[in-house]
Amino acid sequence: MENSLYKIFLLPEISLTLLTCSCLILGLFSKKDSYLKTINASIFSLIITILLIFVNVDIKFAHYDELFSNNSLIQFFKIIIVVGSLTSIIISKNYFLELKIARFEVPILLMFSTIGMLIMISSNNLMLMYLAIELQSLSLYVLAAINRNSLVSAEAGVKYFILGALSSGILLYGCSLIYGFTGTTSFEQIYLSLNQLDNLNLGIIFGLVFILVGLAFKVSAVPFHMWTPDVYEGSPTSITAFFAIVPKIAAVVLIFRFCLEPFGNFYKEWSQIIMFLSISSMFVGAIAAIAQNSLKRLLAYSSIGHVGYVLIALAAGNQESIKAVAIYMFAYMVMNVAIFAIILSLKSSKGFVENIDELSGLSKSNPIIGLSIAAIMLSMAGIPPFIGFFSKFYIFIAALNKGLVVLSILGVLASVISAYYYLRIIKVIYFEDLNPNQNYNFTISLQSKLVLTLMLIIMTFFVFYPSIIVNIASNLMLN
Amino acid sequence: MTNWPLLTVIIFLPLVGSFIILLIKESSINSINIKWAALWTSIGTFILSCLLWIQFDYNNSSYQFVEKIRWFDDFNFNYHIGVDGISLFMILLSTFLTPLCILASWKNIKNNIKEYMISFLFLETVMIGMFASIDILLFYIFFEAVLIPMYLIIGIWGGERRIYASFKFFLYTLLGSVLMLVAIIIIYRNTGVMNIQDLQGNYFDKSTQKFLWLAFFASFAVKIPMWPFHTWLPDAHVEAPTAGSVILAGVLLKMGGYGFIRFSLGMLPEATAFFIPFIMILSIIAIIYTSLVALAQEDIKKLIAYSSVAHMGIVTIGIFLVNQQGLEGAMIQMISHGVVSAALFLCVGVIYDRMHTRQISFYGGLVNKMPAYATVFMIFMLASVGLPGTSGFIGELLVILGAFKVSTFIAIGASLGIILSAVYMLYLYKRIIFGVIANEKVKDILDLDLREKIILIPLLLTVLLIGIFPNIFLDPMRQSIEIIITNYEIANGK
Repeated sequence: MENSLYKIFLLPEISLTLLTCSCLILGLFSKKDSYLKTINASIFSLIITILLIFVNVDIKFAHYDELFSNNSLIQFFKIIIVVGSLTSIIISKNYFLELKIARFEVPILLMFSTIGMLIMISSNNLMLMYLAIELQSLSLYVLAAINRNSLVSAEAGVKYFILGALSSGILLYGCSLIYGFTGTTSFEQIYLSLNQLDNLNLGIIFGLVFILVGLAFKVSAVPFHMWTPDVYEGSPTSITAFFAIVPKIAAVVLIFRFCLEPFGNFYKEWSQIIMFLSISSMFVGAIAAIAQNSLKRLLAYSSIGHVGYVLIALAAGNQESIKAVAIYMFAYMVMNVAIFAIILSLKSSKGFVENIDELSGLSKSNPIIGLSIAAIMLSMAGIPPFIGFFSKFYIFIAALNKGLVVLSILGVLASVISAYYYLRIIKVIYFEDLNPNQNYNFTISLQSKLVLTLMLIIMTFFVFYPSIIVNIASNLMLN
Repeated sequence: MTNWPLLTVIIFLPLVGSFIILLIKESSINSINIKWAALWTSIGTFILSCLLWIQFDYNNSSYQFVEKIRWFDDFNFNYHIGVDGISLFMILLSTFLTPLCILASWKNIKNNIKEYMISFLFLETVMIGMFASIDILLFYIFFEAVLIPMYLIIGIWGGERRIYASFKFFLYTLLGSVLMLVAIIIIYRNTGVMNIQDLQGNYFDKSTQKFLWLAFFASFAVKIPMWPFHTWLPDAHVEAPTAGSVILAGVLLKMGGYGFIRFSLGMLPEATAFFIPFIMILSIIAIIYTSLVALAQEDIKKLIAYSSVAHMGIVTIGIFLVNQQGLEGAMIQMISHGVVSAALFLCVGVIYDRMHTRQISFYGGLVNKMPAYATVFMIFMLASVGLPGTSGFIGELLVILGAFKVSTFIAIGASLGIILSAVYMLYLYKRIIFGVIANEKVKDILDLDLREKIILIPLLLTVLLIGIFPNIFLDPMRQSIEIIITNYEIANGK
């Protein structure tokens, strides 16, 4: 296809940037209801972006000297990321209004962060990778503290900012080391220049470790997870939903690409680090969540545990693991969107539900909601026939294909431990009596009801026709 | 052979029933409709499964009523179901007990009737599906999905320590079964097949076999349960509602035995031969130890729960004798225990509904007030002990016969179990039924009503039917058992 200038508007990142700027202008210049106008415009823009990603016109000159790369895996995850931010904006629309933090900046920042993530996962260069990470992180720092009047929200924002800046510094130092020893920042050039080596020298190993530490911070793998529970708890729940769903997916894809593309030939070097991160994340995620009473903290630890499973797939480092991570992150998005859609709409007499024991006896007053939460929890715990089981199943297939038996056994054992806290939520909902003073109020907008229903259907009925997702995932390739 | 997918209909009919119940609005008037809908669904399933038995070809050793639909496009996993002589009676047992369970909960479940019936029907689907699946992944999915309804049944409608019991049940059995998942993936990686039948002729190298065997052992030994993995069972039984105990003892324990026959014996014969002494020692310890523990129990349900462990010890001995008598005995013992222990739990439920206690010391002299109950209870008690003419006798006799062929020591161990079971069951019976009524409250107790008779009489007839005409049950399973034994002997060079 002939390249012409107007086709550049078909590039999802560029058009999303332009649309976001238009939304910003719309928000600035509208006298009243600026929040509602921008949020609807942002939903519209994200839908357009999804369509553009589907179109996927390959415009050669828009690769900017191979700064960007594009392949089926990246395209798949771009869709997942945009769908994730779209759904999290939809489910949190009413929440912002209720909490009176309905500023028009919120959707704008969410969209800037989304742009950052789109660039991040398609970056083919250490510098671009760093800049994209910063773009998405800076928006997220502001979002964490968006509830300015709340002390915990401000604390979450500052904590996230300081720790995030530290990790960015480490990441950047790692990039500079790699540049120093290979003389290039492009992923492909790094791959080629490392290819001539039999062993990595110390400087490159240091660079690799530093970059992995920075990325581990972004995916919140143990021991770089400390910020996660506090930030999840302190931020407004709608922002937590976004944190839990979207940046995590982007960071996971980036860590996959970083390990498998430039360092693809040095499996031995990074796989040890990844295995350690994986085992510690699974167990810390499973054990630390047991004692939590705050629903958001629990979900934070649960997401740490999920990252541990994804890293098992990375530790396998084969074609199966690409498929496994695609299915796992898809399932992760589905389950998290569903649970947050419920949390963001469920009010007890004390306001929005934040603690587990506030859910007691929910099944008696709202049986359908109780059933849905129970199903999501079972799915997260990896109990068949829900989608969570199949995602874990694919992870273990990838790991056992590589012969990682011990890692898989540790993985399944951690899943048993984590089943305990998921079951605890079901226990509170089903086995405990309804508190007579408690009265639940579940108000949900039509759009988020649609999203919730769709996610629950995918989660439950995946077992009957898994091939749709599985076939897409099987065809994904890295370069 | 029929053209319509009979087996699929049997598996999913209860699920359809539970969807219908989900749509019925819960109210006091509708609760009776919910109960009837559940009852008729389960009776319909039972009738269809009888059709399965009628059409079953006794001379065909392979799977029948096979249905195979491609399930995953990327892997060789199929929706592959079928019935052979071993699974036929397990399916029948599940479909037979579910309507009785629903009937047994007619009055004593007062809250959340809708969820209760949905749980039971979902449980029925999952149980039948598990016994009918040929694809291992399908088997695993059903095997684990059993935990969900059972967890809810124990946790919502259970006794005082129900939360502890339900968590223990769920986590304990989950811990066992996740290792099976690893084993299943390794099997798939090594062979590329997920079909139980094809895998039976496929031998792994010996060290892999041992690893896989241990992984399967972990899940089945917890499920069946074997000593020392049995500690979840007394808690789960005591806290579960009557119908929950019935299904737990009647069907869920058999999943372990079924798994041993299918996977350990069928797929991993060399490792089985290696581990037989280990199993035998655990089984004999289980029989003697749990029988003695049962003797000391004060709670009727707990006593029967421990007796289940002892009876399952006889089953594991029978399975791992790997000869015709032993395996047939183990199968009959499983069916018989499914019926008898279910009946015993229902009998306990009868007096529990009236007096709301299960303490043995509370009762005594019931024969004066409840003659019909005393008779029925006696027959089930004797069947549990293994009196000739009842189902328990056939199973135990065959297992001991088989055991004498292998080793006198094992035979003595198994026979000890029978003697001890007579001790604790007769002692229990004496304390509850005989004597004079010492407790004032027991004086007003009423005998069985019509509903309870309707529940217990089919069980009674089944016990006697197995006891008097065991061949009705033995003939269909003979071919399938022979295949497993031949397979085992070829693998071990006998």
